[in-house]
Amino acid sequence: MTVHEVEVKINGKTYKEEVESRMLLSDFLRETCGLTGTHVGCEHGVCGACTVIVNDSAVRSCLMFAVQVDGQEMQTVEGLAQNGQLNPLQKNFVQCHGLQCGFCTPGILMSTTDYLKKHSTPCKKDIQDMLSGHLCRCTGYDGIVKAIEKTVEDQKINI
Amino acid sequence: MKPAQFDYYCPKTVDEALTLLEESGFDGKIIAGGQSLVPIMNMRLSTPDCLIDINRLQDLDFIDYEEGLVKIGTLTRQNRVETSDLIRQHIGLLSEAVPFIGHVQTRNRGTIGGSLVHADPTAEIPLALMTMGGSVHIASTDEVRTVNAEDFFVTYLTTDVMPTELLTEIHIPIWEGRVGYSFQEISRRHGDFALVASACQLSVDDQNRISNARLVLGGVESVPLLVTEANELLQGERLTDSLLDKVASIVSKVIEPESDLHASADYRRHLAQSLSKRTLQEAYVKAGR
Repeated sequence: MTVHEVEVKINGKTYKEEVESRMLLSDFLRETCGLTGTHVGCEHGVCGACTVIVNDSAVRSCLMFAVQVDGQEMQTVEGLAQNGQLNPLQKNFVQCHGLQCGFCTPGILMSTTDYLKKHSTPCKKDIQDMLSGHLCRCTGYDGIVKAIEKTVEDQKINI
Repeated sequence: MKPAQFDYYCPKTVDEALTLLEESGFDGKIIAGGQSLVPIMNMRLSTPDCLIDINRLQDLDFIDYEEGLVKIGTLTRQNRVETSDLIRQHIGLLSEAVPFIGHVQTRNRGTIGGSLVHADPTAEIPLALMTMGGSVHIASTDEVRTVNAEDFFVTYLTTDVMPTELLTEIHIPIWEGRVGYSFQEISRRHGDFALVASACQLSVDDQNRISNARLVLGGVESVPLLVTEANELLQGERLTDSLLDKVASIVSKVIEPESDLHASADYRRHLAQSLSKRTLQEAYVKAGR
């Protein structure tokens, strides 16, 4: 068994931990760092529930090893709300009923956060395409798409 | 599902990576994006003793233009390839193929070299490389050798890369003149593996006669299939409906697709014929513009 020291900045806070080579990043976040907002679904890259942002890219945390994020920066769903207040995207998910059971929501929020940073005015089809990387078995995506569309509209007004 | 234990190394230079590969021999496995490898490890279908992580080898993350050639480093993320203006301008077929790979979240991490060495017979990048007549650089501690796409793919999930070697660069020639291309695939859901995929690149002369054509099919054989007979038939011809029918009939004869849970061999044969026609037509129209 090989053990490695990992130092990683998650949501602005530094974590210094020892991990086994084979520890998945998703398990590291949940079990070692206690950040259980990242959900684990299929563990082979299909469902998207475990999506987090590593170095400005939304990626599956079940398809990376914890040892691989040594020295890097990450954001998880816990990093979205500021000062106890949900951010605009999260608020729109609440308002548009963008969730039912909520299991897939953290991954979707992280993918959307990264996507909207890189694409300020996506159309409905772009949003649906981005969401195809996530499985939601409750809502048929309708509320989710509306929540994202509303966020895009709100941002336009703010610009 | 969790992977079995393994030793992990994270080299900082290409030389260091090659030495580690040499030392670990058949026990070592390269990890780049890991979007195919890690699921296989999570399901314990693969249990390598040692992983050599090449994600820190920034020298292998590049897209360069040279006279008549685009060079791409093996570690270049699929998403970067997809959004590259340089690639869209000079080797547009690749820009058209990449969005079919998985989802934006997996393309953010997956690499171009990883897809090539994984060599799934339905995968998009191998198909595009074969269609554009590209080649790869394969390095070991002793030498760097160049291998053409035709010789690179051996069979299902197997390439010419030996256990002590590393694929470092992808070279794609830029075709001259009036060039058209098209990439099409049919999958059960967007982002799934293709049932059948087809790619075509061709060039035409001033009279709209085809001067060079490469039609390639994925998902019908163990490797991307260059339909040589069809390409020879197209040479010097204008694309007509009867010519398209002839190509479809050649395709039907030369392929031997397999049946599985997702599609019967007959259905795959039908798709291969339809997609061949569709890609040829689209490529021809684009070339004529």
